[in-house]
Amino acid sequence: MSTAALTVSQIRYVNKAFWRNPSSAFFTFAFPLMFLVIFTSLLGHGQVPLAGRVVHQSTYYVAAMAAFAVITACYNNIAISVTFQRDAGILKRTNGTPLPAIAYFTARVVHALLVAVLLVTITVTFGALVYHADVPTGATLLRFIAMLLVGAASFSALGFAITAAIPNAEASAAIVNASILPLLFLSGIFIPLGDNSPSWILWIARIFPVRHFANGMQSGFLSTSFNWTDVLIVAAWGLGGLAMATRYFRWEPRT
Amino acid sequence: MTGIAKGEGPAEEEAAILVRGLRKSYGDVAAVDGLDLEIRRGEIFALLGPNGAGKTTTVEILEGFRSRDAGSVTVLGCDPGSQRRRIKSRIGIVLQSTGVDPYLTVAETVAMYASYYPHPRSVDEVIELVGLASKHGSRVLKLSGGQQRRLDVAIALAGDPELLFLDEPTTGFDPSARHEAWEVVRNLATLGKTVVLTTHYMDEAQNLADRVAVVAAGRIVAEGSPSSLGGRDTASARIRYQVPPGLRPPVEFADAPDPAGFVELVPADFTATLHALTGWALAHGATLDTLQILRPSLEDVYLTLTGGPEGGPR
Repeated sequence: MSTAALTVSQIRYVNKAFWRNPSSAFFTFAFPLMFLVIFTSLLGHGQVPLAGRVVHQSTYYVAAMAAFAVITACYNNIAISVTFQRDAGILKRTNGTPLPAIAYFTARVVHALLVAVLLVTITVTFGALVYHADVPTGATLLRFIAMLLVGAASFSALGFAITAAIPNAEASAAIVNASILPLLFLSGIFIPLGDNSPSWILWIARIFPVRHFANGMQSGFLSTSFNWTDVLIVAAWGLGGLAMATRYFRWEPRT
Repeated sequence: MTGIAKGEGPAEEEAAILVRGLRKSYGDVAAVDGLDLEIRRGEIFALLGPNGAGKTTTVEILEGFRSRDAGSVTVLGCDPGSQRRRIKSRIGIVLQSTGVDPYLTVAETVAMYASYYPHPRSVDEVIELVGLASKHGSRVLKLSGGQQRRLDVAIALAGDPELLFLDEPTTGFDPSARHEAWEVVRNLATLGKTVVLTTHYMDEAQNLADRVAVVAAGRIVAEGSPSSLGGRDTASARIRYQVPPGLRPPVEFADAPDPAGFVELVPADFTATLHALTGWALAHGATLDTLQILRPSLEDVYLTLTGGPEGGPR
């Protein structure tokens, strides 16, 4: 088989294993929707001032949870499942076969991307039906998709990169959550950042990719301005992750 | 023979694996220390040795997983260091400990790995060969340890390799599973495959291997067929018996008995001594119920060569 055909068949096997693993399917799919319902129920009746406009908090959360869903599907999911595969010796075995490494990596990223698209679709549909959130259309939709693709690819690359810092499968969930959860809070995913937020938080949000990714996603829903700099910053983080992964990725368990 | 390139001896042509002066150190510790090896096409070759002797390091260098510090290595005519990609599609590997995705079925797993190779074998045929036909649609999660190991072998066979590496393939097997696994390996040999296995089970080497090499401290200390290794075939046999109660054997049969009352002789002329001993017993109306004729077992030879368990060669 050609590398492209191998990649496609590899995506199908990754997909089968993903859906049959109850915990990965549950956490990836249930969490964003659950958070959407919880946060909207708790805080969704207010208004958020955003870029000179005032938006419904429920709409804000639809966009934020869509961004959260993509990060979970790409960063968390890849980091945890690849570390498991490395620890279990699956990666070493794969490395002993003629499967090109590029087919393995591409299959994982494309699969994460497909899961992310599905998750965003579910979140947006749910938000539109239940919370009457706006759905992006036309040129806004295209920009939204561009941000989604760049974000999914970048967070996938970062997911591969972080595996180098994870000593074993037991530590993977802890390290992945420790690296992403504070950032989700500091980037306004769960609680909107305002102009009166402490400046150190705003600076952290400016440096790391989560805030920029969420900005790009939100513009589709909230009619806020879309900045290509957000896309570029997320892409830069993705390239950095790719460079780290290329340099430090290990096929064998770290013992 | 004709058609052999100049400068390449017949060995070069026939050898599946040729290793000269292989060295590999981890820090200050030499895991492999000047190892030479020649494995012919179509043979089952066993590497025996204690843990830490350098077996797995050697095999992982041959498989292309590890780099080497020095020495020349040829696997199927290629260098596994610089030409690894050319070898990958022609070898099958069963690693010492390795996993597969627990959520795929047996058939899906074999089919997935088969798809990586240019000329794979039929998935059903491979599953049948390792005796997992009844588990065809079961998820890997549900397999027993022995069944997972057989799946490892099935995956290694999926690409129809010319050369198969088995690193301790039957560790953790119960005796019947082990015999079944041996049958699988023998079948491979009849198909003309070369099999390199590492083991620390003497019976495995004895039953399976055409040739055996003993590795100790990173080098080969003996090499040969299981029956001739370490001079087993030419070593003197020993006679061991218990002195019948109330009798005093003649001086030539009466070495000092051990605490259990056994006497052990290493006669120069085995046949004559045995004849004389049984003659003496008959003449005195005694039976030699516990009489044993002992030849050094593969394990004896192995322990002597690897310096255990009594510390140092005897």
